[in-house]
Amino acid sequence: MKYWLPVAVSSYGVQVDRLFMAILWITGIIFILVEGLLLWCLIRYRRRDSRPAAYFHGNTTLELIWTVIPACIVGYLAFASQRLWAHIQGPPPPHQVEVGVKAEQFAWNVSYPGPDGRLGTPDDLTTINQLHLPVGQVVLVNLSSKDVIHSFFLPQFRLKRDAVPGITGRVWLQATATGHFEIVCAELCGLGHYRMRGFVTVESPEAFQAWVNEQLAAGQT
Amino acid sequence: MTETHSRPGFVRRYIFSTDHKIIGIQFLFTSLTMLLVGGLLAMLIRWQLGWPGHALGFMGTLAPNGMPGGVMVPEYYNMLFTMHGSIMIFFGIIPILVGAFGNYLIPLKIGAPDMAFPRLNMASYWLVPPAIAVMLSGFFMEGGAASAGWTSYAPLSITLGPGQTCWIVAVLLVGTSSILGAINYIATIINLRAPGMSFFRMPMSIWALFITAIVTLLATPVLASAVILLLLDRTLGTMFFLPAGMVVDGVAWTQAGGQVIMWQHLFWFYSHPAVYIMILPVFGIVSDILPNFARKPLFGYHSMVYATSTIAVLGFLVWAHHMFVSGMNPALGTSFMVATMVIAVPTGVKFFNWLATLWGGSIRLTTPMVHACIFLATFLIGGLTGIFLGSMPVDIYAHDTYFVVGHLHYVLFGGSLFGAFAGITYWFPKMFGRMMSERWGKIHAVLTFVFFNAVMFPMFFLGLAGMPRRIYDYTQYAHLAHVGGLNRMMSVSAFILFTAQAIFVVNFFWSLFKGKPAGDNPWQSTTLEWTTASPPPHGNFATIPTVHHGPYEYSVPGRATDWLPQSSPS
Repeated sequence: MKYWLPVAVSSYGVQVDRLFMAILWITGIIFILVEGLLLWCLIRYRRRDSRPAAYFHGNTTLELIWTVIPACIVGYLAFASQRLWAHIQGPPPPHQVEVGVKAEQFAWNVSYPGPDGRLGTPDDLTTINQLHLPVGQVVLVNLSSKDVIHSFFLPQFRLKRDAVPGITGRVWLQATATGHFEIVCAELCGLGHYRMRGFVTVESPEAFQAWVNEQLAAGQT
Repeated sequence: MTETHSRPGFVRRYIFSTDHKIIGIQFLFTSLTMLLVGGLLAMLIRWQLGWPGHALGFMGTLAPNGMPGGVMVPEYYNMLFTMHGSIMIFFGIIPILVGAFGNYLIPLKIGAPDMAFPRLNMASYWLVPPAIAVMLSGFFMEGGAASAGWTSYAPLSITLGPGQTCWIVAVLLVGTSSILGAINYIATIINLRAPGMSFFRMPMSIWALFITAIVTLLATPVLASAVILLLLDRTLGTMFFLPAGMVVDGVAWTQAGGQVIMWQHLFWFYSHPAVYIMILPVFGIVSDILPNFARKPLFGYHSMVYATSTIAVLGFLVWAHHMFVSGMNPALGTSFMVATMVIAVPTGVKFFNWLATLWGGSIRLTTPMVHACIFLATFLIGGLTGIFLGSMPVDIYAHDTYFVVGHLHYVLFGGSLFGAFAGITYWFPKMFGRMMSERWGKIHAVLTFVFFNAVMFPMFFLGLAGMPRRIYDYTQYAHLAHVGGLNRMMSVSAFILFTAQAIFVVNFFWSLFKGKPAGDNPWQSTTLEWTTASPPPHGNFATIPTVHHGPYEYSVPGRATDWLPQSSPS
């Protein structure tokens, strides 16, 4: 849809959308009921000189009802949110690919392990603003920043995490569809914040491996 | 207090006055002016968002550095939203709700001749104009005004130019003003209530201002210390918020050892309670206005007091819900989410109590009442969208998108500003002795309501489409290629919204001089401020009133009139 959530392409993206829709239904119903009641009161109880206003100060039963019911609703939402949060932000599942993303004003430095299979060594494969991901595999992203705070936002993956100088953050994702997507910087990072854009390519594991090999070969020559 | 009863000269009476009413009106005019300034900045923001990169000819002359040839540069855009947010919050909403209504209403509504500390009160106002001057002077600094957002996140705010220092000094000044005001309100409410005015006979507006003052007193010093630390990092080479190994623009910073996220914790420890500083007074104002125009007692007065107190306490336990994706320990998020969700409960109680106040009433749709009802309708949206952001998994997506911008404008415009309009139109007759035009008041209210929604509601859809906030040119992104049309519609609505405020300004000043004389009690209200003259004389009351009743005794059965003043002996 045009002005709606873009189609989710990560394993937990669908679950986030489901939670979003649950909250939308609950708040939507409350919204309609409350606005309806407000309008109804304003019309039904508009000034009529023949009918004086009622005189009462409260009703304990009613007040208990509208304390307990919202408490149950938000309790449920907190519980549902916590389960999904623990899944997304808790210890990551075993990963097949590890990526380093180091943000700087105003670019994303992406690095993959080189032939030694370890990240953060001189033989790393590095790109600027090009994040390639194999579809279906769990990817662990080591997120850091060189200068100020940036935010690593992949809208279609329902993933966002600040890249903080001095801290290496770890987030994971598992793409469910191939295609081309964008990295958005979501935290104000200076005058070029608006153009701090990266590109995500999700491809088959074979194509991904071929791309890695090709880049490594290009780097050695 | 006693010495103020002699009649001072013009300067002492209207400029360096210690009379709480004059100080309240000074806050009112100052904050209304700043709302206008903040609104103008918003118009420039909307220009860039509606027509990215298009020239706005006359701005090329007015701001040759920011908009050379009328075309906005990204740095200027960053300054605009930073200053828009800072001005609206620190010099618009907080001073109008706390400064203007707090000063004007507290002594009048509790039956006191003035504040407990009139000179402290004068000082709290006179810190504001210098703060404004310092904040705005940023525009004339090298590199321009502050541009790190109103949140001023370190380390970006440390790396930027001297405009950022102006921001810090201005916030420090206005924070000091808030602290002085809060001390005064608390002392006044505790000590100067008229005989018979027990705590549980105080109008909700006074309860709300009392609780707001306590929140201000506990939270603002934290902001003050945080900005002092930021200032030291910027100027004296300390490293509270600077981590090791920072390389900015190719230059390695030697300062090291600080914690970047610490700034956010300190900032939000103030700034989340500040949200309640900006909304609790409105809860109080609306709780005064709804019973009056429904001619019915406030439903659940005691539970309103407890709900307001609960919100204030919980407001101190939720600050890190602004930081779910900041990189703080994810396990920490859970406790903040639970506290955030729990706030919905007392807020819900207040909402249902307001609706139950209308239920069975005899409703008069005057201008203040229309604003109060618009507040109910729009603040509800602000509250409900907060539940999306409170749910951590959804916040991962919605955080720092236009969804948040929509949410905060429904809270601060839909909530705070409509509440302020309700309060101004309600107490204008008391402040100036004349009625505002009802017809133009309602036209203004309806136009503002319609175009406010036309600007702000689409923000939720932009947020869902993945449009980040604080973005100079969204056309950079492929996934935002299609949002231009909606943005242009919002910009046009924003221009109409801004223009419609002229109706309010004209109505305000026309009524000031030509309005129908109001008399003591034009709304047939029960509370003490309506028992004295409009405007009240120096010292407020000819004799200090004695209070016999609660604040909302409307339509008491068996009485000739449908309101029973608090000071009525029978």
